[in-house]
Amino acid sequence: MHDTSAHAAAHHGPPTTFIRKHVFSLDHKVIGKQYYGLGLAAVLIGMVLSWLMRIHLGWTNYAIPGLHLLSKTGAPGDVMTPELYLQLMTMHATFMVFFVLTVAPFAAFGNFFIPIHTGAEDMPFPHFNMMSFWTTFVAFCVMLLSFFVGDGPTLGGWTQYAPLSAVGSVAGPGQGAGVVIWATSIAIFCVGQLFGSLNFIPNILDLRCKGLSMWRLPLPTWAWFITSCMGLTSFSVLMPACILLILDHVAGTSFFVASNLVINDQLQPHSGGSTLLWQHLFWFFGHPEVYIAIVPGMGIVSHVLITNMRKPMLSHRVLVYSFGALAVLSYMVYGHHMFVSGMNPVSSIVFSFPTLLITIPSTIIVLIWIGSLYGAKLRINSASLFALGFVSLFITGGVSGFFLAQPSIQILLHATYFVVAHFHFTMAIAAIFGIFSGTYFWFPKMWGRMMNETLGRIHFWCSFVGVYCIFMPMHYLGLAGNVRRYSSFPADYMAPLIGVHQFITIAALFTGAAQLIFLYNFVHSRFWGEPAPDNPWQGTSLEWSTTSPPPWDNFGGRHMVVYHDPYQYGVQSSTGDYVMQDSPEQVKTENEEP
Amino acid sequence: MATTVVPPKVKPRRAPEPGHPGNGGFRNLVPTDGKLPAVQDYAPVPSKTGIWVVIAAIAMSFAAFTSALVVRQGASTDWHHLVLPPILFWNTLVLLASGVTLEIARRRIAVFMGGPRTFDLNPARWLYVTAFLGVVFVAGQYAAWLQLRSAGLYLATNPNSSFFYLLTAIHALHVLGGLVGLTYVTRKLHRNVLRRSTLDSFSYYWHFMGILWVYLLLLLWMKI
Amino acid sequence: MAKFFAITLLVIAILSAIPIVRNTWHPMEDISTHGQAIDKQLDDTMWEAGLSFLASQILLAWFIWRFSGNRPGEKTKSFPGGATGLVAGAIILVGVEVFALGIFGVKAWGNIYFTQPGADALPVQVQAGQFAFYFRYPGPDGKFGPLHADKISEANQNFFGLDPVADPDAKDDIVTAEMAIPVNKEIRLLMHAKDVSHSFYVPALRIHQDFVPGLYLQLHFTATKIGRYEIVCSQLCGLGHYNMKAYLDVLSQQDYDDWLKKEAAMQ
Repeated sequence: MHDTSAHAAAHHGPPTTFIRKHVFSLDHKVIGKQYYGLGLAAVLIGMVLSWLMRIHLGWTNYAIPGLHLLSKTGAPGDVMTPELYLQLMTMHATFMVFFVLTVAPFAAFGNFFIPIHTGAEDMPFPHFNMMSFWTTFVAFCVMLLSFFVGDGPTLGGWTQYAPLSAVGSVAGPGQGAGVVIWATSIAIFCVGQLFGSLNFIPNILDLRCKGLSMWRLPLPTWAWFITSCMGLTSFSVLMPACILLILDHVAGTSFFVASNLVINDQLQPHSGGSTLLWQHLFWFFGHPEVYIAIVPGMGIVSHVLITNMRKPMLSHRVLVYSFGALAVLSYMVYGHHMFVSGMNPVSSIVFSFPTLLITIPSTIIVLIWIGSLYGAKLRINSASLFALGFVSLFITGGVSGFFLAQPSIQILLHATYFVVAHFHFTMAIAAIFGIFSGTYFWFPKMWGRMMNETLGRIHFWCSFVGVYCIFMPMHYLGLAGNVRRYSSFPADYMAPLIGVHQFITIAALFTGAAQLIFLYNFVHSRFWGEPAPDNPWQGTSLEWSTTSPPPWDNFGGRHMVVYHDPYQYGVQSSTGDYVMQDSPEQVKTENEEP
Repeated sequence: MATTVVPPKVKPRRAPEPGHPGNGGFRNLVPTDGKLPAVQDYAPVPSKTGIWVVIAAIAMSFAAFTSALVVRQGASTDWHHLVLPPILFWNTLVLLASGVTLEIARRRIAVFMGGPRTFDLNPARWLYVTAFLGVVFVAGQYAAWLQLRSAGLYLATNPNSSFFYLLTAIHALHVLGGLVGLTYVTRKLHRNVLRRSTLDSFSYYWHFMGILWVYLLLLLWMKI
Repeated sequence: MAKFFAITLLVIAILSAIPIVRNTWHPMEDISTHGQAIDKQLDDTMWEAGLSFLASQILLAWFIWRFSGNRPGEKTKSFPGGATGLVAGAIILVGVEVFALGIFGVKAWGNIYFTQPGADALPVQVQAGQFAFYFRYPGPDGKFGPLHADKISEANQNFFGLDPVADPDAKDDIVTAEMAIPVNKEIRLLMHAKDVSHSFYVPALRIHQDFVPGLYLQLHFTATKIGRYEIVCSQLCGLGHYNMKAYLDVLSQQDYDDWLKKEAAMQ
């Protein structure tokens, strides 16, 4: 019988033209790098927007030089207006959540490494895979377009609550065309992600090479598999919501807009819509989305830690089951974003229990990581530093979740900076640290060169200390009742808190500057870094069994055969203290799982 | 009389080759005796998994629309039942018929692919009939919209009409997408490179469109 | 560098804990009758969360310090008990903890949401609109006149859309821009939104509730301390969201009656 992996995957030979090699490429590795580039562009945009926001929050009347270039009416004399603040905030969150956190750890690294981890030649549907990147790219361009139309981007937050998002420009600048552009861009984005899941899932289920059972897959691939299943079922709910929102705007329907609303003394023409319907649809997507943002990072960080600890995790299966538990529970908890929304207060209690329960798999994962460090021979390098940083940040973010899981405590903390602290710790910094860890670890494989280790460490220290300085104080602000999404703080009781905001701003600017070290390191290493060996970290999984970077068909025509679990470290073998997955050498090890 | 305990009959999922110890693990990729070279190649075809991914995504999105409908109905008192245009029931028959013709096509193609591949057997004929019926279905849906318009019911007239147009239009769009897929399948057949899995995957999608339509029809009938 | 990392973790953990221990930033003093349960819940959670935070960061730091570097000759070893103990520990400890928090929290939540106001609670209506709160008192007849959305006019200062000519109940309604209530008197708050979603957040009162356009919601509470407090909007409602606030004056019964008379005269 023929070996299916070579047969059922791409029927394309090596690309020859420039367009096929670098632009409309069918090669999953190129597509992965294209996604990475998109994520990098998006994170730079999101970061610059956050600097502008933070400067305004610390010094409300400060004239930021050049700000008027960003908006025709939003910055008279370069001083940010409240509406421009909200527009920048909305765009910051939208770019970060969609175009960075869903793209980089999942689409970028996933596209590059899933076929390699499964020993396949390419994804099963390379044309759809190529379309998935370009669709996402179109979504990105459409979102950018909102800066250039009419009165600018939408100001309703990345959550776009109705009716503010649905009644049109009468509700504020950017609420007309800005919302339609936002919703269109997101709908296109959903399609792109579905094309991605369409490739990831069949690759992992059907194209594994000989000897590669599901339990022998490395942890990132399990994480990507679980995330693809989540993406499949959550993005396909966001798209209908966006369609309904667009219809409310352009077709005069009233899905989300109730009757008898009066804005600017004008009675609005809509009637009968349900305000809460948008929230239910959005958060049914929104909560799995945040797990889509973090689970790939957990897989990547586990992978990096194992390689650097020189021993496998205490239990491979428990980690996988816990990732799966997070995914399943994530659909049952979405109401915790709506405790005080006006939905039935009994529902709030009902949603709080799975929310509290979801701490259990999260705790198990963290304890397995920490417990696996026991007895390790931990190597410290840029990749492992960011991985360890991820663990610390995820602990902090998870712990603040204890508070927010309870409706009674949300009476105090809902919509305050406590929430901002919580989601930035888990998503903005833990997930970003996961991306950095994966970058430092896999850069040699992806681009064939080593990154500068010294610069990597400097980047880590500045970032790690910096992000704690930025986001830890936000917990205290939240406890003190500092409401979020405010462009400034005129309320009497918030006046004493402005000093804390100024401290945060300084920390944010400093940490942002440190990211330029990473950018320099990335670009410089890409062109002038030391050429990388095939296996610079003495890793065991299949990506280290091929060249850096891999050839166009990943393994140079070899039909890979896997003999071992993915993490055979701490053994005595001919190569040292590890056995590669595709090595026929049989070694006795205490950690072999069936 | 001694009773004999008969051992339970265990039907193996796949009979191993003679001398082969059998496979284990998910998808049977690992030999139970550890000797890797003896593993049987088990080759699930990605397009069959892929089409289930697509069907799952589409099902979820229609679930979202359904819950939007239910919530919207409960949100206000402006729900005014509309009478479904009778042409919908004819369209349903057309779509279900296209499922039957697709099954006929599959059997003809199997015969064709299994024997001498002479085109006087005309294996594509029933695919053309299926495509024709698909087009008739979409045209019939369009006719239903025209009937609604002549009754003064447009997209934004009331929430019932909004959901009627929305659900039928999005379903029709997916049927059109299915017709694109059917074109792809027919072209492959003509070039004699149609794989069984491709045809199977397409038919799952097409039958799903039929089942989905029946569900939507019931939903519209009961709720709108 | 591993040891440096461990020390940094410890320093960060301790520095983070200090403001909590010293209570530098904390919720406003509770002036409500139902808030004690909420504050107790917050306190319990802070202990559990705080201890979990410190314990895990310290453990992480310790293991990094102890188990980094090659240590040639030594083999890698496994945590005693492997994963089983940790999983069991997580499920039991965390499970019990969160369940307890959940169960006790039901009471704290239910004090507001699962109880009914008394028959003699003072009704006050609040309307949220871009970008101000307006309040309405029923006046001597104790009845609120009906609202007409088509009569709302900021220009004419008819914020609620009242029609005193056609509706006798509306004649004596008192509309104000500030909310005043008598101390130790139960208030029945009727909430609705004029345009988009807003929220009614009074930290001192331990009250937080979104307004939902299309829905009329009701809350009840009792304030126990005289003073001036702020109501702030906490649901993004547009460009003026940051400035959408109103004062809540908790007054003695006498002062409240005087205030109401004064406001009535200004209608």
